[in-house]
This record gives sequence, structure tokens and C-alpha cells, in this order.
Amino acid sequence: MSGGHSTYTPKSGLGRWIDARMPLPRLVHDSFVSYPVPRNLNYAYTFGGILSIMLVAQILTGVVLAMHYAADTGLAFESVEKIMRDVNSGWLLRYLHANGASMFFIAVYIHIMRGLYYGSYKAPRELLWILGCIIYLLMMATGFMGYVLPWGQMSFWGATVITGFFTAIPGVGNWIQELLLGGFAVDNPTLNRFFSLHYLLPFMIAGVVVLHVWALHVVGQTNPTGIEVKSKTDTVPFTPYATIKDAFGMIVFLAVFAYFVFYIPNYLGHPDNYIVADSLKTPAHIVPEWYYLPFYAILRAITFNIGPIDSKLGGVLAMFGAIAVLFFVPWLDTSKVRSAVYRPWYKLFFWLFVANAIFLGWLGSRPAEGVYVALAQLSTFYYFAFFLIIMPVLGLIETPRRLPNSITEAVLEKNKSGGAGHPAGAAASPETRG
Amino acid sequence: MSANDTIDPGRRDFLYVATGMAGVVGAGAVAWPFIDQMRPDASTLAASSIEVDVSSLTPGMSLTVKWRGKPVFIRNRTPEEVKEAQDVQLTELKDPIARNANLASDAAATDVDRSAGKDKENWIVMVGVCTHLGCVPLGQQGDFGGWFCPCHGSHYDTAGRIRKGPAPENLHVPAFAFISDTTIRIG
Repeated sequence: MSGGHSTYTPKSGLGRWIDARMPLPRLVHDSFVSYPVPRNLNYAYTFGGILSIMLVAQILTGVVLAMHYAADTGLAFESVEKIMRDVNSGWLLRYLHANGASMFFIAVYIHIMRGLYYGSYKAPRELLWILGCIIYLLMMATGFMGYVLPWGQMSFWGATVITGFFTAIPGVGNWIQELLLGGFAVDNPTLNRFFSLHYLLPFMIAGVVVLHVWALHVVGQTNPTGIEVKSKTDTVPFTPYATIKDAFGMIVFLAVFAYFVFYIPNYLGHPDNYIVADSLKTPAHIVPEWYYLPFYAILRAITFNIGPIDSKLGGVLAMFGAIAVLFFVPWLDTSKVRSAVYRPWYKLFFWLFVANAIFLGWLGSRPAEGVYVALAQLSTFYYFAFFLIIMPVLGLIETPRRLPNSITEAVLEKNKSGGAGHPAGAAASPETRG
Repeated sequence: MSANDTIDPGRRDFLYVATGMAGVVGAGAVAWPFIDQMRPDASTLAASSIEVDVSSLTPGMSLTVKWRGKPVFIRNRTPEEVKEAQDVQLTELKDPIARNANLASDAAATDVDRSAGKDKENWIVMVGVCTHLGCVPLGQQGDFGGWFCPCHGSHYDTAGRIRKGPAPENLHVPAFAFISDTTIRIG
């Protein structure tokens, strides 16, 4: 995986025997021990590792929850309550799984923003980025179907609204919706297939994660300077440096996770989902899980017809477009400089984009009326303008700051200026960025 | 002559293409049942019609019944509601088509074509599913006194016609008939 020369030497006879037959220990050694990583990686780069353990955690808790869950409209809601009350440690496993999904999305959003900030998507890492986008899409599908399983009011109506997206497609829309639902409305066949797919998709995610890591190890990691590794002094071995740093990041992240699970386990959920699904009564405000809210706001922002496209199809196209545009980011960004550290204007627009995305999320949780609609339209415009106007144009007109010649030079320069008062501390943390 | 040479290359190409085509057709034939099984099954499709006794509905009262897993609104409209709907010009409508399964697909969305027909204009029967994304609208709410969908803010008038908001079509009128003065059969 590390691209050619391997430094692995088996220490025992058994090790040599295995290495000659199926060199898995060599693969692990080359990928996670001797693998060279840039010496200046900061904590934003620990989220890949955090995401890996979250995926494992979700699969583990999910597999055991499936041992107690019943995918039948007459039983589903009660079986979840049974998990909460009767099953030994069931409450803990379910809260871990439900909050784990939210933590998974927090981590993936930070991971994506890290990529956008440091230009991680640029050549030669386009495929790496696209594989990441595919993982994100699979995560959204998995999260959506998982939320349907407890068969509460939000489960039912969320599923109704989201499968309703497909009816916007001219001609075949209704056929596709019936194919997804297995009927004319969300019902038992829907719940059954969602359970099946919710169990399947995480393993597909795991498969794409393997490709993602493979692609990463072919091209190597980016780093806060955006300058490619040029010499051996630019890198440190993955173990112990990245291993320990990732482990520390994971521990802090898991502490936050534990806080949610043990102190505010329902904070990110919706109380209506503790009411059993009723196909004749829509809750006053249908809101999806928090991690879909920005896209929900974009969906609802299109209240007008655009030429032959009616507002319904327009909303659905805008929502899917908001995700699809991510796939084209490597070609939309025209700047020759990779990292926002050296792009003063991009940095400004990037943070505006982050603030705007959070604002969109907040708008998504509001009712679709009055001033919220106008604000959502404005916010949606900036969301798309960032990718379709700012990224291509800014790359051509922006004057970047002077780039250091190498990672090593950037690190030494930083320590000279930034850590003047604390030379010892500065030398001990060459990864700090400004 | 080696194994790769052949007297008639066209003949070999034909065999390649024919084999490939047979493979594609075979793969398609195998894939179809996997897709087909997801479509609504026989029990779901089984012709379902329901009969509803509406004798207890005095003007201004509504009833919601479940048909094919969806709510159906039956409302005995007040004379004011009927008049309000009749006074609306077709040009004011976002969707000028009746969306009435009992009429031609291009019938205009006049009040009489939305209702149970002449002399039964006070009765309106509609699938209670918002044509936007499938929520159940709330009755006698919204800017037009008809139905209001709380999900994304679609307003329907007293004849269930979309007047404001993201929904593209009027609420659909299912196939139904009065089989007696007090009984409606839906489906």
C-alpha cells in the first residue's frame, strides 16, 4: 500500500513462513507502522481514524440490536421499547447506536471541512475525494433507513417525505416510489426492506473505506501547508507519531460521545419519535435528523418554478445537487495553491461557507414560512455560489501568500516566529499550525 | 499457423459478440426478479375498495378513512365553502386540472368537477396526501380555509385545489361513487 519499497522484516520463523504465503502482516506494517506521514499533521487530520472506529462501533452495536429488534409494523415500536426496558444493557446499546450515528456525522462533517480547507481534493487526490463522497452518500442512506426502524411518528413521516422525493421525477417517479415502498404508502414491506438494507449498507461503507484508505496510501496524505512531501525530513513514521496522535483524538472524541450517551441521550433526537407511527396523522413539524437539516432547508427553499421545472422537482434537484456538486470540487477549484493557509480570500469565503451551512441547518429546523423561506433562499444561493462561482473564479484572481519551499521549512519557520517565548514547547509540537 | 490465427476473423468476431450478448441478456434476466420482488405484492395490489357510511356527516363535518394505506378525506361542505370555491376563476389556480379519477384526465378544476358532481356539490372526497411530498394536510386551515400541509406549507382551498406553496397539483380525487344516498364506495 505504501507504494513499493517495504521495510518489513519478519522476526520469527513463523513470521517468515506467513510472509512467504500471504503477507498480511507486511501489509499492516507498511500501512500503519512504517508508513511515512507528513510531520506537520494537526488534530483536524485525526478524524479519518475517528471515523473508522465510529464505523466499527456502529456495526457492533447494530448487530447486537438486530438480535432484539423486530422489523414488523405491529412489533417494531414495542421491540425498541423492550430493548430500552427489558433487554440487559439494551438502553446503553441503543443509546450508543443512536448517538453514535450523530457522532459519526459530526466527525464526517469535520473531516469534509478539513478536506475543503486544506484543498485535500486536488490532483492527484481526486479519486480519494470522490470515494469519500460515495461513503458520505452511503452514510446518509444508512442513517435515513436506520431512523425509520423504531417506527415512531418521525420515522414514518420522514420516510414518507423522503421517498416522496422520487415522485418528482417526471414519468417514472411514481413507479420508483412504489418500488422503494413496496406499496402505495410507507408500510410493512417498507419497514422490512429498510431493515435489510440498513444492515447491508454499513458493510458496503466498510468496503468503500478500504478503497478510500488504499487511494490515500497510494498518493499519501496532504498536510496543512498543502506542499507535497519532498524529502525524508518532511515525514515521520505512522507509528508511533500518527498512532498516538490519532489515539488521543479518539479518546477526546469518545469522551464527548460518552457525555451525550450518559447525560443527554435524547438531545439530538425528536420527542415525536417516541409516539408510535400513525399513517393518518402528520406531526405538526416534520424535521429530519439534524445531520440532514441543511439539505432539507435547500429542498424547501425552492418555492418557485424554474422554466419547465416545477417547484417540487426544483427543490429535489437542488437538494441532490447540493451533494452532487461535492463530486466536482476537484475540478471546480482552479487555484494552483492547495491550502487555505496561503489563500487569504479563500479562507474568508470558506469560513463564510461553514457559517452558512450551519445557518442552513438551523433554517431547516424552522417551519417553512415567512422570513425563513427568504433566508433559506439566500443561504442556498451562497451554498451553490461557493462551489460554482467563488471556487473557479477566486482561483484565477486571488494572489496567494508566499509558499514555503518544503514542509520542513514551514515547520522550522513557524517555530522560530510562533514559539519564540517557549522554544522548548515549540520544538515539542512541530505539528501546530497558525 | 498459430492458435491466434483464423481463416475467417469475421466469424470469430461474430461469436464474441453473440456470446457477449447472450451474457448480457442472461444477466438482465437474472437481475429482474431481484428488482421485481420490490414492487407492491399481490396482497397490496388486490383490488381494494371500501364502503363508507356518511349519513352522520352534517354540513361542516369531515371524516377521514384509510384506503390503500392512505387517508381519504370525505367532507360535507358548508354552502359558504362551496360558494367560495365556485367564485374562484380558473386563471387563479396553480393547477387548472381537476385531478379527478372519475373524470377525463384533462377536466378543468372547476368546483363541480372537484366535488361529487352536480347536485352533490357539497360532498368532496379526496386522497388526503399532499401532492408535494406526501404528508397529510390539516383540515379547515391555511390561507384559503381549506387544507394546509404543515410539512412544507402548501395551502389548499375549500375544493382541495393547490393555491400557495410548493405542492404542484390539486389533492387527488379517487375513483368513488355514491351507491346509495348515504353510502360512498371508494376504489
